[in-house]
Amino acid sequence: MSFATKASAILWKDVLSELRAREIVTSVLVFGLLVLVVFNFAFDPGSGTMAIVGAGILWVAFTFAGVLSLNRSFAMEKENSCIDGLMLCPVDRQVLYWGKLAGCFTFMFLVEIIITPVFLVLFNQSLWMPRLGLVVLLATVGFAAVGTLFSALAANTKARDIMLPILFLPMIVPVIIAAVEATGIVLDGGTWSDMATWLWIILAFDVIFLAVSALVFEFVLEE
Amino acid sequence: MEQENPSSWAIRCEGLKKSFGEQHALRGVDLTVARGECLAVFGPNGAGKTTLIKVLCTMSRPSGGGAWIDGLDIRKAPNEIRRKLGVVSHATFLYGNLTPAENLRFYGKMYDVPNLENRIEEVLDQVHLRSRIHDRVSTLSRGMQQRVAIARSIIHNPSIMLMDEPETGLDPHATIMMRDILDSINSGDRTVVVTTHDLGRGLELGDRMAILHKGRVVFEAPKAEIDAGRIHELYDEHTRAVVR
Repeated sequence: MSFATKASAILWKDVLSELRAREIVTSVLVFGLLVLVVFNFAFDPGSGTMAIVGAGILWVAFTFAGVLSLNRSFAMEKENSCIDGLMLCPVDRQVLYWGKLAGCFTFMFLVEIIITPVFLVLFNQSLWMPRLGLVVLLATVGFAAVGTLFSALAANTKARDIMLPILFLPMIVPVIIAAVEATGIVLDGGTWSDMATWLWIILAFDVIFLAVSALVFEFVLEE
Repeated sequence: MEQENPSSWAIRCEGLKKSFGEQHALRGVDLTVARGECLAVFGPNGAGKTTLIKVLCTMSRPSGGGAWIDGLDIRKAPNEIRRKLGVVSHATFLYGNLTPAENLRFYGKMYDVPNLENRIEEVLDQVHLRSRIHDRVSTLSRGMQQRVAIARSIIHNPSIMLMDEPETGLDPHATIMMRDILDSINSGDRTVVVTTHDLGRGLELGDRMAILHKGRVVFEAPKAEIDAGRIHELYDEHTRAVVR
């Protein structure tokens, strides 16, 4: 079987497991929605500061919900030492990386697809914002690329719930900054050319993070 | 290190070392296991039994020395080696939210098992769990989960089995059933390495036994040369520093 077939077998296993347990999506979604509701009370949705604070609010919700989701992704592999079972499979470690990455991305993007319209409604924005969708999609790729690597690393530590944000957030800061800036431009009614620089930055980080994470994943898993 | 003649040994270790920082888990293990042979490895806690299994199954890289599985260097051909190995540990490597069939389907795909659905039924029959094929693993008893773990380990029909205390944590009834299954796996031309604390059981299973102590093989002999009545005495003699 091919590289893609085996990576998709890992994705299938993660999705099936999540469909049964509903541990990741449910908890992450509730957390993300709570963040939005709290900020909705803190800031006046109709005020002119919306473009400035709105983007920050959305990405705070995504970032912390994403960290929760990543923590669960490899916690699942630690139960019954399933990670050892994966490592015993006669496949390149990159297959394991891409399979787990696909799972992390799917869960995060699914939660974002639900949170984003709620955010737009709560903060009196138009529901039709395809450019915002593109920003979220690109930033989530980078987020999941680094997150998969660091959640594998943190899973091997005793205090993994604390270690993951400490290790991961400083690395992902460039993507979050670029995503916040691009989202702010979208909410402010800016044009494609206004946000192009930020989109290119996110895209560049995606490519770098994907390549480097896939290369070093083997070493993270084995020792 | 050069590649061994594939026809000579199923497993060979030469001065095998594994360290975790300052802690030396394996301090130069020399060991050979012939094809079709079952080697029982004993040793106190911390002797290096689990580390030895982890290095042999390519989960952990050796710090020194060499090891060959079917003539293949564990450093150079890990994926080829993984195809030949079945590993059973006290951890099951099973996903609790999936059923036995789904777990086996997943691992079967990862091992490129042909006619997978038939093979799943076949191995579940072997461990007497066909009737629980659609129950979630988390709802099965510990003994049943361990039987599914054995089914997982043989789904790709490996020629070599590495078993790290496979009977740990089982109640007496589950242990008896597990022994029947392990005996059936052990029969035929499979090479087996099993680590255990149960000296009597190890002697029963093994064609040869080895005692690992402080990361070294301190005793090794064929079963025929061992007086079963003196096995505890023999074990104490070679592991005295820890036992007494």
